[in-house]
Amino acid sequence: MNVELRNIHKYFGKVHANDGISLSISSGTLQGVLGENGAGKSTLMKILSGFIQADQGEILLDGKEVKIHSPADAIEHGIGMLHQDPLDFPPMRVIDNFIIGQRGSIFPNRADARRQLLELEEQFGFSIDPENYVDTLTVGERQQLEILRLLWLGAKVLILDEPTTGISALQKTKLFATLRKLAEQGMTVIFVSHKLEEVEDLCQCVAVFQRGQVVGETKPPYVTDDLVKMMFGKVVTLEAKQAFAAQKVLLQLSDIKIEDYRLRFNEINVDICQGEVIGLAGMEGSGQRLFLRACAGLLRPAGGQLILDGQDLTGKSYHAYMRNRVAYVPAARLEEGLVPGLNLMEHFILSEVQRGFFINRERCLQITQKRIQDFSIRGTSASRVEELSGGNQQRALLALLRTPLKLLLMEHPTRGLDIESSIWIWSKLKERCLQGTTIIFISSDLEDILHYSDRILVFFGGRVSSPLDASKTTVDQLGQLIGGKGW
Amino acid sequence: MNIRSRWLNFGFQLAAVFMALVFTTLVLVIAQGQPLEAYKNIVIGSFGSPGKIADVLVAWVPLLLAASGLLITFAAGLWNIGIEGQITLGAIFTTWMLRGLQDSTVPPAMIIGMGILAGAIGGAVWASLAGVLKTFGGVNEIFGGLGLNFVATALTLWLIFGPWKRPGIGSMSGTEPFPQALWLPQIEGFRLSVWSLVIGVAVLILVFLLLQGTYFGLQLKAVGKNGRAAFLLGIPTSRYQMMAFFLCGAFGGLAGAIQVVAVYHRLIPSISSGYGFLGLLVAMLVNYVPLWIAPVALFFAALNIGSIQLPIVLKLDSALSGVLQGALVLFVLMMDGVRRQFLEKVKR
Repeated sequence: MNVELRNIHKYFGKVHANDGISLSISSGTLQGVLGENGAGKSTLMKILSGFIQADQGEILLDGKEVKIHSPADAIEHGIGMLHQDPLDFPPMRVIDNFIIGQRGSIFPNRADARRQLLELEEQFGFSIDPENYVDTLTVGERQQLEILRLLWLGAKVLILDEPTTGISALQKTKLFATLRKLAEQGMTVIFVSHKLEEVEDLCQCVAVFQRGQVVGETKPPYVTDDLVKMMFGKVVTLEAKQAFAAQKVLLQLSDIKIEDYRLRFNEINVDICQGEVIGLAGMEGSGQRLFLRACAGLLRPAGGQLILDGQDLTGKSYHAYMRNRVAYVPAARLEEGLVPGLNLMEHFILSEVQRGFFINRERCLQITQKRIQDFSIRGTSASRVEELSGGNQQRALLALLRTPLKLLLMEHPTRGLDIESSIWIWSKLKERCLQGTTIIFISSDLEDILHYSDRILVFFGGRVSSPLDASKTTVDQLGQLIGGKGW
Repeated sequence: MNIRSRWLNFGFQLAAVFMALVFTTLVLVIAQGQPLEAYKNIVIGSFGSPGKIADVLVAWVPLLLAASGLLITFAAGLWNIGIEGQITLGAIFTTWMLRGLQDSTVPPAMIIGMGILAGAIGGAVWASLAGVLKTFGGVNEIFGGLGLNFVATALTLWLIFGPWKRPGIGSMSGTEPFPQALWLPQIEGFRLSVWSLVIGVAVLILVFLLLQGTYFGLQLKAVGKNGRAAFLLGIPTSRYQMMAFFLCGAFGGLAGAIQVVAVYHRLIPSISSGYGFLGLLVAMLVNYVPLWIAPVALFFAALNIGSIQLPIVLKLDSALSGVLQGALVLFVLMMDGVRRQFLEKVKR
């Protein structure tokens, strides 16, 4: 099926996630969609698959304009989407998952569905037992099941959003073979990824997204450097940085093992110095957050030893880390960092060391007003945090931190902020570094990482690079490493 | 919040009360009753004589206690449905203490005091069970509380018909009444005890102070509004949830204790009389603002007492008060949703 998107616009609040995107994909094409996180790829795919609706713009299928109101609508039109995390029902059997989206009769014909599932499996060389429970399958197998399900429901357009994040190399090869076969049969395949190598390997045509717009479309042969440049914008020359003189080791990680259901890191070894800034680079979900949480005691490492300033904190709770002057600033400001419904003063009261049983409002008001001034927060002590703008929420989060700190861990300290706020926030953070605080931060902005860190750790595919000297690394090099090249 | 939206809020609430009245009237009409007569009887039945007013106050105290306690758990983001069982356990513990000491040489005033204390502890223990199930067992407090309510009811029945049965045969009328010396002193000629009023009002003020002016109250609110952020800010969230359960249970237990020492003077099968659930309604209706508990609980108590004479005078079931109370809560919650949607539309 030919898919054409015309002038799609989508706003989330003030954020212009899709800014007039037009894209035309002809039947039987393997179309790649490339871009960094937040470039608007997923938004566009969710619009096409009916998860959300565009504020403006048209969708044409085989030249006819259609309105897609829901995912069920989309599959009626022949559009099926495979989400980044499988959207299935793990406690249910494979066969039940297979027939669950079918429209029609009250009593599904299981025997028939089972036969067709096995036929489809044979066609693509999959082997999933229909009677198995989904939670016993690997992510790759769950993906296969989802593809078969969408095919069975009559999908003629298949959208895959970052499908290779959680699967093994072997399953990836199989997935790619399947996708090529489907394209030969006339299926339109849209492959969304941030991994250059995969897109280059698989796709017959690539559209590069940046800041909600399509900034380029190319066909093979691909030039990696050009793709990197399109993805991240122009390479800006950075101002001269002050060389960091390592003094005392503050944080020692030896043989640290971290794992969750998708990723596993074996034996991370790194020594981080007092007053140093470490940037964690990598595409979202590559394990930076696991690493950061492990450094805060929010995630218990599966093995290894963590020593902070001479003290063994391995396996201790987050609150024990806090007592040892470690602070963690999450990216989800209103979900994890602040308490919606409480005002600024109440936040400062909570963050201060408790004195007595009753709250001394006078004293707290003074502290609050001083902090509001010091951190130039636009708001009053009675402003509830959800009424503040994102930048001011971030300032409030910084203002809540205790002094002195040994280790400050931050997820995306400047995400979503304008340049002015970002520069201001980094100036505050650098002040802390001069006082001896070590900062480890995650960012998807490569220039931020290069500019503000002393050393960089790159995360890709379950691996952590050895620390790179930020002053000797370029955006291109970093971009390639993040995309999985040059390891 | 500016003055305009305050008035808007008030308008929506008023509309909700009006709709609840209309709904109840409709129910009455369908049941072929006379709405105006019924309402008149409720008013007379609750405030018609000093005795009636005293009865309303007798019902007001346990409601105050339950609703005040629930405000603490609500502040911590918990639905303490188990409050009924906590009231019941309070009554059981009080009865147990009184039974144990009634033949001893301990002065009666002391026995009463210890009985009330035992009641508070009993409720707190029962609530802590729900808390332990929640924090360590991952059992939602609604299910845990509901289960514990059934256990508490079964325990009461077993005690009344088993170990604590009246000499001769056990009966639904409860255990053997305590001697008058073990009653909380009552006002001459009324069933009302000043002491229980004092306890009820004191707890309300205590909860008000706790939630308004202390670190503990603020930390509880933070846990309730955003547990993850509260944890990152350094608050031990599960410990605070346990403390909220404990306090709410203690106040529920106090309600049960007062039912024993000041109202029934024995353990009866349905000693909690539904005040726990009614307390939940009150807490929701006042939108978790402590000071509003007093008038709203009084109104609910008046409805309960006022409707008692409906079956006698109008041949209507006294469940009518329940219809009105339920309708009130439903409409207030519904209008709150409507108001929010309305405000969102205005914003756009």
